[in-house]
Amino acid sequence: MSGEPIAVPEPAIRFVDVCKSFGERARRHLVLDRVNFSVPMGKTTVIAGGSGQGKSVILKLILGLLRPDSGQVLVGDTDVSAMGYKGLQELRMLFGVLFQGAALFDSLTVFENIALPLRERTAFTGEEIRSRVAATLEQLELTGHEEKFPAQLSGGMKKRVGLARALQLEPKIVLFDEPTTGLDPVMTREIYELFVRTRQRLGYTAVIVSHDIPQVFSLADQIILLNKGELDVFTDASQIPYSTKPSIREFARQVMGQQAA
Amino acid sequence: MNQIEQQPASILRIVGGIGDHALYILTDLGSMGIFLFFSLVGLFKRPFRFKELIKQMGFIGAGSITVIFFTALSSGMVLGLQGYYSLHKFGAEGMLGSAVSLTLIMELGPVLTALMVAGRAGSAMCAEIGIMRISEQIDALECMAIDPFRYLISPKFLAALISVPLLTALFDVVGIMGGYLAGVKLMGVNGGAFFAGMEQSVTNHDIQLGVIKSFVFALLLVWICTGRGYFVQKIRGAGFGAESVSKVTTQAVVISSISVLIFDYLLTAVLL
Repeated sequence: MSGEPIAVPEPAIRFVDVCKSFGERARRHLVLDRVNFSVPMGKTTVIAGGSGQGKSVILKLILGLLRPDSGQVLVGDTDVSAMGYKGLQELRMLFGVLFQGAALFDSLTVFENIALPLRERTAFTGEEIRSRVAATLEQLELTGHEEKFPAQLSGGMKKRVGLARALQLEPKIVLFDEPTTGLDPVMTREIYELFVRTRQRLGYTAVIVSHDIPQVFSLADQIILLNKGELDVFTDASQIPYSTKPSIREFARQVMGQQAA
Repeated sequence: MNQIEQQPASILRIVGGIGDHALYILTDLGSMGIFLFFSLVGLFKRPFRFKELIKQMGFIGAGSITVIFFTALSSGMVLGLQGYYSLHKFGAEGMLGSAVSLTLIMELGPVLTALMVAGRAGSAMCAEIGIMRISEQIDALECMAIDPFRYLISPKFLAALISVPLLTALFDVVGIMGGYLAGVKLMGVNGGAFFAGMEQSVTNHDIQLGVIKSFVFALLLVWICTGRGYFVQKIRGAGFGAESVSKVTTQAVVISSISVLIFDYLLTAVLL
């Protein structure tokens, strides 16, 4: 691997007064309005909210793919929003990302997709890469699908391959962008079980962005709810209806009330 | 009164709209400039993707041979016939070899090759990069700390810079053979005079002009086609998803073709 890994002190990620808006001038839409929260090291944080409320924006801000209009995004002690290209590349080595659509490379096979980070970012020999990928394939029950292309896989399998690729460099923090969107309940449960298994084994800090409410709360050590630019943090799903923020209470009533009914 | 109050507001809106569009064009040009810089820097970054280069050369270069062959043969033969028709009026059929070869080497070879490659390979490169962008594959590369320029764009640049001049050379040779076929074999011009005229009139400088043009056109078309695909989500009016990729691909081929024609004139004016 290139360079020494950056040590991540507690908390792993911190948002300080972050504002982010999109669109041009008159049509400007404020997605995050002075947002503050932190993601504790070694824990699972679930970020939930309706669609278009800025959940995926938070992930892109963490990775430095977007820059905040104002405020700071800190990973460890480092301000991501002030980093240059080289610094960002080094920082991203800490992360594994499972994208919403898995973002597998269409023209590469399952094996090549999983081997890519090892080939590009490590000095492993071909043999070492093969054995590592084979081990991952076995853990994620993908053995026998090595030579298939992403277009030949089901939605759940794509997510599993995406997870396998995200975990190849043994990241300290893994970001999940809507890991169960478009999957049936059986597949969803399977992905959650896989998540619990891999986290137990590798002990990474997890940030899960999801609107699979309330199922996804069962994984969470910390829950962050987003609605209309406002944000509230909970350690337990049962606290959500008692939020001090009206828009969060409204959101909880809409979503969780429906679920209860 | 109400109308008078509204008048300045509508003028302001128009001026604001023009300024807004000008800013957009400037930003777009700036982004494309930065894109070109990183793509060229990517050529010198290690590890070098040799296999990808060969694959891209196969696609841009070898894959275009058939279309280049037929375009060259047809334009060479038409040049032979047209040239014969015009020169015959002055009894100067002996100049046919010189006319055909100079036109092909300095103008038609580089321009038509670039236009054909833009239509065939440029559109495909733009669509490929565009789809990778909208399906977050480029974001995924960046998240794995893999430089998308070195990994994805620069091999295409190098492949185009190698393939297009070679295809141009092929175009020239096949075109001249087409001219020979039409002029000498069909219309009965003296074969010796055809090649002697060519040998006397074509200088090293003419060939250099053709080669320089083919390099510049290769750079233009690969830059514009991959760049449009890379920025597919930032292009105003392109829409979203599959529609944006299709619109931007069309736009890339149109812009690169027009740029090739404009630069053809500029290079001829400066270097001739």
